[in-house]
Amino acid sequence: MTMVDSATHSVSGISASVPETLSMAQAINRALGDAMQEDERVLMFGEDVGALGGVFRITDGLTERFGDKRCFDTPLAESGIVGMAVGMAMNGMRPVVEMQFDAFAYPAFEQVVSHVAKMANRTQGAVRLPIVIRIPYGGGIGGVEHHCDSSEAYYAHTPGLTVVAPATPSDAYGLMREAIAFPDPVVFLEPKKLYWSKESVDLTAPVPPIGRAVVRRAGTDATLICYGTSVPVALEAAEAAESEGRSLQVVDMRSITPFDDETVCAAVESTGRAVVIAEASGFASVASEISARISERCFHSLASPVKRVTGFDIPFAPPKLERYHLPSVNRILDAVDDLQWED
Amino acid sequence: MRPDVAIGELSERAMLPSEHPVCLIDENGRPQPDRRYALPSAEQLVAGYRGMVIGRRINDQCSALVRQGRLAVYPSSHGQEACQLASVLALGDEDWLFPTYRDTIAVMARGVDLLETMVLLRGTWHSGYDPTKYRVAPQATPLATQLLHAVGVAHAATLQGQKTVVLALCGDGATSEGDFHEALNFAAVFNAPVVFLVQNNQYAISVPLHRQTKAPSLAHKAIGYGMPGVRVDGNDFAALQAVVTEAISSARAGQGPTLVEAHTYRIEAHTNADDAARYRDQSEVTEWIPKDPLIRMKTYLTDAGLLDSDLQKLIEHEANEQAAVLRHGLNKDVELDPAVLFEHVYSVPTPQLREQAALLADELEREDAQ
Repeated sequence: MTMVDSATHSVSGISASVPETLSMAQAINRALGDAMQEDERVLMFGEDVGALGGVFRITDGLTERFGDKRCFDTPLAESGIVGMAVGMAMNGMRPVVEMQFDAFAYPAFEQVVSHVAKMANRTQGAVRLPIVIRIPYGGGIGGVEHHCDSSEAYYAHTPGLTVVAPATPSDAYGLMREAIAFPDPVVFLEPKKLYWSKESVDLTAPVPPIGRAVVRRAGTDATLICYGTSVPVALEAAEAAESEGRSLQVVDMRSITPFDDETVCAAVESTGRAVVIAEASGFASVASEISARISERCFHSLASPVKRVTGFDIPFAPPKLERYHLPSVNRILDAVDDLQWED
Repeated sequence: MRPDVAIGELSERAMLPSEHPVCLIDENGRPQPDRRYALPSAEQLVAGYRGMVIGRRINDQCSALVRQGRLAVYPSSHGQEACQLASVLALGDEDWLFPTYRDTIAVMARGVDLLETMVLLRGTWHSGYDPTKYRVAPQATPLATQLLHAVGVAHAATLQGQKTVVLALCGDGATSEGDFHEALNFAAVFNAPVVFLVQNNQYAISVPLHRQTKAPSLAHKAIGYGMPGVRVDGNDFAALQAVVTEAISSARAGQGPTLVEAHTYRIEAHTNADDAARYRDQSEVTEWIPKDPLIRMKTYLTDAGLLDSDLQKLIEHEANEQAAVLRHGLNKDVELDPAVLFEHVYSVPTPQLREQAALLADELEREDAQ
């Protein structure tokens, strides 16, 4: 086993401390490569992740670099992939598995909910499963049915799972590195719409840990709360609102479980108004949970009921209709307008 | 990843099970010559008999403890003790066992503390032993899901150069589950050192085998995955021990997985909560009674001069002692601290769980104050 500590990050192959422009897809690829370089126990497997490098190329070059015992294709069976990861983690490995698309992770649901999530609790901490389940999720890419689901509520509803959704390349790298090093299983939701979004990233600069939300934009009139795919839309809405004279604060949750009540409440208490934005259907959703938490905890600071802007309660729309389904800048601005602004 | 044994390298004939289940000691206790498998040693047979007598005693003790309200439920393996013992006694220390809820006797035979084993069925927690200490996975209550975990442990063993073999148990009903298929397919493709032992006790709760499958036998499924399938008399400890030992050696030698189907019978109802009279004739059960694994072994050992009344008494005494340990342990009420409900969900409890733990603690404090 080679365990390299952070002081020796400059060893060959590990990302160095030079800011570079990376897409989120590249940032996740770098995170996987760096983690595999540092720790032999880290494995990557799933469907088409070997020679092809994954349908989104997230595992590009990993088999070539680490060999087909470290990054490999499995038979086409998601329950098998996750179930095998459970056993491998029981025998000392740190598996990272790829579910090819959100809706293609459903065959693995029993393994995720009944075993990945519960093993530590079942064994009173004797068996912990350091598994990362990578799931490209969400719409906005013109994908056909079964390729655009926002499935976070299923996982967030399951005690024992840690659920994260990055919105920037820096966060994608930092959260993935932390997820792989994490002692508990992590469902890592990758907003596929943002795979090709770029920014200048210093990969060695730490990002806030799992469980922490961040304020992406300061504002004083209302707080927009979002994660993953909905973050850029919220930021765009805040930009547009500013030109209309309204100052909107944007909080990026990053981590759905654990949930950062502290940051959210402080933000909402500072503005007195909140709009929660998520792509998933709104009924019984993560957005509903956030909204309920704000109402319970910040009621006396609220000048208006909390509003939600979510996908409709319909199966994900076909490509030619998805723009009507997804939360848009205008729909967010309308929701902000609908908040109570006068006594 | 290229497996060490390519598909097609094993001939079709070698993957198909024999016409009749392998049997080395028949139901009359007479040894049966077999071209392929030798009778285990006298020492192994006596150890197996001893284990089965203890197992039977514990099975019956646990069923009684359910009636007395000391266990929440007990899925008995009465009649399946040969499968329970032969499989476990074939394992080495470095090997792993993946049991189901009906495999309590196998778990105890692996050396797990009796009371730690009963935690699940007693209802004080979901599992009571440290799996890594005994190399025994928690008893699985969902069907077939544990078979994939077994493949994972085995494949990780291969990658790390360990000589570990994994024995994965399931029943006939579990062979209808998707995870059974995925586990056998993965095991074959990765050439994983796993032995799958299906205890075909003819019933999945109330549904008989012919409603689960149209296959000529469950062992015939093996060829579809490219691994050998073996049928064995599941009430014949000797045959089971010989077959499972060979399958384990083959897996350890890098020759991949084997599917073993043991033909046995669930003498008792599914659990105490079940009423078997609603779906099967008592005459069917009566037919299986003479095929009991303990009776034939006792006859064989007595005829071979390996068991006399002194040894029989000694073994029965030991069985009674273990039943007493169980009885006394389970008759004691355990103090449970509800705070443990929050402790192991995550390595570090989330802020939300800490709040909920505090809420419950406060409730309890006020209850105590009343």
